[in-house]
Amino acid sequence: MSASTHQTKYSTPLQTDPLVTSYYVRNLEFWYGDFNALTNISLDVMPSAITAFIGPSGCGKSTFLRCMNRMNDLIPDTKVGGDMLLKGADIYSSGVDPVDLRRRVGMIFQQPNPFPQSIYDNVAYGPRLQGVKKKSDLDDIVEDSLKRANLWKEVKDILDKNGLAISGGQQQRLCIARVLAVQPEVLLMDEPCSAIDPTSVQKIEDLMAEIKDEVTIIIVTHNMQQAARVSDYTSFFLQEVAGEPAVLVESGKTSDIFTAPIDKRTEDYITGRFG
Amino acid sequence: MSENKNTVDKSQEDTLEAPSHASEQEVAAGKESLRTDADPSKKTLTHTPSVVMKELADTAAKREPVPEARPATKLQLVSRSTQIKEASLATLFFICAFLAVLGVGLIFAFVAWRAFPLLSEIGLWNFLTGTQWSVADNTFGALPFILGSFVVVGGSLILGVPLAVLTAVFMSEVASPRANAIIRPAIELLAGVPSVVVGFFGVVVVVPIVSALVGGAGFGPLTAWIVLSIMIMPTITTLSEDALNSIPMGIREASYAMGATKWQTIWKVVIPAARIGIIDATILGMGRAIGETMAVLMVVGNAPQLFAGISAPISTMTSQIVLEMGYSSGDHRTALFGLAAILFLISMSLVLTVRLLAREQTKKTKKPKKGGGA
Amino acid sequence: MSTKTNKNTQNANAEQRKTGMQVLKEMKEQHRESGSGLGRAHLNNRIAMGVLWGATVITIGLLAVILIYVGYHGLGVVLQDFPRFIFTWPEGVNAEGGIWPTIVATLYSTGLAMAISTPIAVLAAVYLAEYAKQGRIVKTIRFAADSLASVPSIVMGLFGLAFFVETLNIPLSMLAASLGLSLLMLPITMRATEEAIRAVPRYIRWGSYGMGATKWQTVSRVVLPTATPRIITGLILSLARAIGETAVVFLTMGIAINLPIIPTDSGRSMSVHLYLMAVEGINLPSAYGTAFLLLLIILALNLSARYISKRYSRIDNA
Repeated sequence: MSASTHQTKYSTPLQTDPLVTSYYVRNLEFWYGDFNALTNISLDVMPSAITAFIGPSGCGKSTFLRCMNRMNDLIPDTKVGGDMLLKGADIYSSGVDPVDLRRRVGMIFQQPNPFPQSIYDNVAYGPRLQGVKKKSDLDDIVEDSLKRANLWKEVKDILDKNGLAISGGQQQRLCIARVLAVQPEVLLMDEPCSAIDPTSVQKIEDLMAEIKDEVTIIIVTHNMQQAARVSDYTSFFLQEVAGEPAVLVESGKTSDIFTAPIDKRTEDYITGRFG
Repeated sequence: MSENKNTVDKSQEDTLEAPSHASEQEVAAGKESLRTDADPSKKTLTHTPSVVMKELADTAAKREPVPEARPATKLQLVSRSTQIKEASLATLFFICAFLAVLGVGLIFAFVAWRAFPLLSEIGLWNFLTGTQWSVADNTFGALPFILGSFVVVGGSLILGVPLAVLTAVFMSEVASPRANAIIRPAIELLAGVPSVVVGFFGVVVVVPIVSALVGGAGFGPLTAWIVLSIMIMPTITTLSEDALNSIPMGIREASYAMGATKWQTIWKVVIPAARIGIIDATILGMGRAIGETMAVLMVVGNAPQLFAGISAPISTMTSQIVLEMGYSSGDHRTALFGLAAILFLISMSLVLTVRLLAREQTKKTKKPKKGGGA
Repeated sequence: MSTKTNKNTQNANAEQRKTGMQVLKEMKEQHRESGSGLGRAHLNNRIAMGVLWGATVITIGLLAVILIYVGYHGLGVVLQDFPRFIFTWPEGVNAEGGIWPTIVATLYSTGLAMAISTPIAVLAAVYLAEYAKQGRIVKTIRFAADSLASVPSIVMGLFGLAFFVETLNIPLSMLAASLGLSLLMLPITMRATEEAIRAVPRYIRWGSYGMGATKWQTVSRVVLPTATPRIITGLILSLARAIGETAVVFLTMGIAINLPIIPTDSGRSMSVHLYLMAVEGINLPSAYGTAFLLLLIILALNLSARYISKRYSRIDNA
């Protein structure tokens, strides 16, 4: 495997104790059928912080993100190698139920995808799955989650309206509220702001900062300014040659990556020389 | 725009074209714009020939003094006959399309016309509520057939809809593409099996089985339910599957990402989202069932009686028409046309219901005008 | 968290001091310890998948049973002294011999019906897809086509009898039957053609208009040829529908066994023959043979439609 000779550069050394990290990833490989999409990814995701994955499109960062809650299991003929530990537990060990994992790790998608149901039912979906039945409890959770998602003021009088009948930015915040309602430990965001209006982007960035103490956030973004603005840590992914697996070029504190990148390619990407 | 056109036409008129042609062209162009105004995407297309010519002529007119506008001569490439041909073809197409309207209108008019004497001879109320149907006594109460049709349709829906919807869910949510490559053609083929063949299958296979299970001759509602559910299942399955497939993948992913199992995702997200489509499918299946003739005729027993148990022969509107049309006359024939009119009205109202449901659906998820930046 | 204090004042009537979030948190911890919640979800999931499998197996099974049963009994009849059953006349009280006249009558009437309905349906679809502006007229036409498609075939047959036979004085014949059948085929072909035309990518049209082609030139030289495979698929399927149709033919063609030569000849179609054989019960072998041949024709038509649409789907997607 030629690509495994690749060496990721770290501005802060990797942790040795998995328990201080949220995600502890070592030598991760990923295949779509015969195609080796990711190789030799090692990185730490620190808890109570925002980590940004950046890189040109098609560089595997979304694929990597979908490995973190095993969404890739839904795609037939995919394979994962290496270690990925969440709070010290291997999420790919045979005893782990992906359904259970996804209840701990929430995900926000690029395209807002509310269910075609009422706003209330959208937010109550997760808690209901987990067995919350009492109306008053659900009311609580719905209100609480919508408030944390900076959406409550806009929708509190139209909770029975269809989730698709609000604007795109509001839909995305509704999706965030829906995920927050199940109190995830980690929140994965796959380019959450690429399809919505600037006001909503601002609100989403605000809420990320507000909730990051309770929820570890990982955000995939194309937007370098956004990564610099919101994240505490940044990882730069790159697929240099089409057909070859993507690699993690550099990872570290956002301030280090953006001010003193170690790798030339990181510098080139950040200064806008390619991508 | 029209002002602009006038000047252009005039410049052409002056130099090269017979005046009659210029106005002809203008009329044609105007007609075209009238027809296509509502559809902006088509507008540019339909206008292309005239617009292009006009623009070219326009620039030509600007470049050179009017008397010498020679290049424009060659630009009048679309001849008058072509334009007449275009217009007459459009009219022909419209007439063809209108034949569909005419067909439905004629069918309704004829059936209604032939059934009309009902009102004076038998009386609508007597017809709809009478339970006696006897050619010898010249009494024609259609209630046994109306109820018979609904009994047969109701039972077949109870049997067929769950099976069909579950199959559709399996195809759209569970089955691998390879499995679907077998299932889908099979469903389509089942839809293509003629009703007389299904009826025949009912006579030689289902009737003996039912007879052995519940006694009697085997002709009756239960047999009809089984046979008819086979008839309507492919329709409902195909349409439900379409409805399920049209649900965006994203909301399934969202549900999985929330830690839902496959079944929870199907039951709580996918099926509710496809609800209207599944209801549509059921309504259309119902339409198919109520109009189904041969299969029912062959197994239902054809006795003009009210429902008296799952194995007691009954009759339906469709089967009664086939059975008696051949030798009917007078009031009898009027009564049969009356049955046909009822069938027509029922199937029409089912189509209308589907339309209204669709309208309701779009109204519900329509976004506010500001729309967001999606 | 400040939001939670608001909650308590608002839900003062709730006796519990716990907020919904806390309830959920405790629930999650409980589940984690016992693993009960998910266990049930997975069990339900497994049961549901089993039910879905079962339903599909039953559905497919029904088709298989029909095909196998009719095939098993019919194949022998057809193959006995092959091809006697196909090419000879019924003998005695229709008790022996073949079904040749009914095959001819079926092909005759459906062929004629296709010849009548296809041009009208295709041109109507061209109008709807290419010419009409989206508005009330199109809505009316489309509604009429949908309605026509949903008119029960027996009503169609009755109309055929009352209009073509009794009003226009066409005898019970191939012609009357094919007029009735063409009403049946019209909406099916129309819908299929319209979809086929709409599936032609817009840029292909632009290419033609951009060269200064008129509308009809564009439609006839670019759009229709591109849509042809799908249109043919639609035609085949509506033909299959007409071949199996019984009620319309029963009322408009007559039931006497006769080899039709001119359009005003009467006859008996295969489907009507099957019906009469089945209810009279005097000659079940002939019924099996007829049912088998009918199925075979329809199977062949379905497969060829499938083949055509598959073969050209690459062009469509391009």
